[in-house]
Amino acid sequence: MPAKASPLAEKVPAPDREEVLALYRRMLLLRRFEEAAGRVYTEGRIGGFCHLYIGQEAIAVGVHAALDPARDFLVNGYRDHGHALAWGTEPERVMAELYGRASGVTKGKGGSMHMFDAARHNYGGYGIVGGQVPLAVGLAFAQRYRQADGVVVCLFGEAAVNNGSFHESLNMAALWKLPCIFLCENNRYGMGTAIERSSAVTEVWQRGSASAVRGELVDGMDVLAMRDAVARAAAECRPRDGRPVLLEARTYRFRGHSMADPATYRTREEVEQQKKRDPLNVLAEHARAAGLELPRGDLEALEAEVAKRVQAALEAADQAPDPAPEAIWQDVYASPADPALHREI
Amino acid sequence: MPVLNVIQAVNDALRTEMRRDPSVVVMGEDVGRFGGVFRATQGLHDEFGADRVIDTPLAEGGIVGTAVGMALYGLRPVPEIQFADFIFPAMDQIVNEVAKYRYRSGGQYACPMVIRSPYGGGIRGGHYHSQSPEAHFVHTPGLKVVVPSNPYDAKGLLISAIRDPDPVLFFEPKRVYRAAKGEVPEGEYEIPLGQAKVTREGGQVTVLAWGAMWHEADQAVREAAEAGVDCELLDLRSLQPLDVEAIERSVKKTGRAVIVHEAPRTCGFGAELSALIQERCFLSLEAPITRVTGFDTPFPYTLEAEYLPRAPRILRAIREVAAF
Repeated sequence: MPAKASPLAEKVPAPDREEVLALYRRMLLLRRFEEAAGRVYTEGRIGGFCHLYIGQEAIAVGVHAALDPARDFLVNGYRDHGHALAWGTEPERVMAELYGRASGVTKGKGGSMHMFDAARHNYGGYGIVGGQVPLAVGLAFAQRYRQADGVVVCLFGEAAVNNGSFHESLNMAALWKLPCIFLCENNRYGMGTAIERSSAVTEVWQRGSASAVRGELVDGMDVLAMRDAVARAAAECRPRDGRPVLLEARTYRFRGHSMADPATYRTREEVEQQKKRDPLNVLAEHARAAGLELPRGDLEALEAEVAKRVQAALEAADQAPDPAPEAIWQDVYASPADPALHREI
Repeated sequence: MPVLNVIQAVNDALRTEMRRDPSVVVMGEDVGRFGGVFRATQGLHDEFGADRVIDTPLAEGGIVGTAVGMALYGLRPVPEIQFADFIFPAMDQIVNEVAKYRYRSGGQYACPMVIRSPYGGGIRGGHYHSQSPEAHFVHTPGLKVVVPSNPYDAKGLLISAIRDPDPVLFFEPKRVYRAAKGEVPEGEYEIPLGQAKVTREGGQVTVLAWGAMWHEADQAVREAAEAGVDCELLDLRSLQPLDVEAIERSVKKTGRAVIVHEAPRTCGFGAELSALIQERCFLSLEAPITRVTGFDTPFPYTLEAEYLPRAPRILRAIREVAAF
């Protein structure tokens, strides 16, 4: 079960200009969206908890580039805004959910950690670390059972790998040969605790070995490497006799764990060092190496287009109504007549 | 009409639903080739195959979490938790995923499933094979909680639970799995969730019970009748949804209520029933609402006969309430 570190030279088929632009545009949208979310959070327009995806964009965009939301499935943890956007959910609906508005993806009932989109097979974020992993097993089982050929990609951080649910799930997925891609976004810190301080084995890609799940290490700052690794994993697990795959994407979050985290557990030098491998820059370097350098004018146009999109999302969220008070009773049970005794008394 | 015990009735319900609906799958520890530790799934593996009667690893959180994923894609999983005491490793999945999926996805998704589990004491099972955890789940909005006491109800309620669009916890009274026998119709029939059954009409004291404790309560009200106290006994059958109207109707008639359950008293479901009765029947009450329950201790091994609210203890409470 060898690691594949995906060195830059080996893996990248020459990207075409269209694709580079599409990937760059999408990553830029995630980046600017999250910057805006962080800004309005500090202004008090977003309440509760808010975990930004800044720095990890290559993973969400790479996953999307390799899979098809009409055919494949996404199950996620709590750092889920970026994946919702990459998977195609409108920025207006994601931002409105952060604002807690009725026009949000879950009608303002969930907030930051609950980005669902049934139309795009996005089975949502989840606020309990690791609890989402077995869902992927069930969805993948149902694919086999229904003789459908979707692949389920399940996202979690490196801290979730120490949770029992991860190991229970890998065992079942391997036992039943299910089309699951377990994708660990290893950003090195579970909240404020470095992986070296939480894990006896820090090579996450090796931690499926107890269940004979093939592991692969991927450069999580490189969207093309992500795209290719996910595409390989999908090809491997999609056939009826295919087997699940564990991908470890090494990445880094440029912000704290949440908006409430000043990230004092790591040095400014470390963060600056990591920012040199900003996924936007890594893609630009690939493009240059392939002779596809994007003219400054094109980049500026992209920036303007994305800024407009994000601004529209902010304005829409700002102006959208809160959920009506009656919404508190809705969607508890299938029928509104179903039991909620407290309502009557 | 065939006479079945509770286990056979459960098995019959599963078979009936699996024949009707190919999306119904049964899963759990030892449910397949072995046929289940209590034999509830006996024969299903042979009839429906390993894809529909799924032997799982020993991993309760993984079992329920996997069932969530199945249900999200349109299957009707019926996971078995081998003993209700083993349900606690799956609490995160049940409380945070199963119960909340519809709500926190804004109605985009739901995960209908039936989590079956044998519960309760009386088989000398000790700490980890005897508990009655129903109150934890009634306390979790989004779930339904059903507890049959006899074979006829077990089959009809389980069929309804499997067809229900919401997740259902289905607690089976293992103490009377084989002891409780009765006529059970062949083929399919439903008993709607949320309807209590008045198993004995009477005018002086209302007794509320469910599951295995209904049998103790039934014995107690018979003995009370011989002693001249005329009780009305309700088998609640479903705790969520709860047939609060039936309870209200009965207590307004009798003015007295005795609640029986084997879980510990503090924050047991009897506390909720007691609060509901005083809210709805305050001016009709002739005596304090009385609970006859397990003690606030871990479930004891040797002393389980003392712990469980057996008929003599229930009878004592009935007499005290009647004489108040």
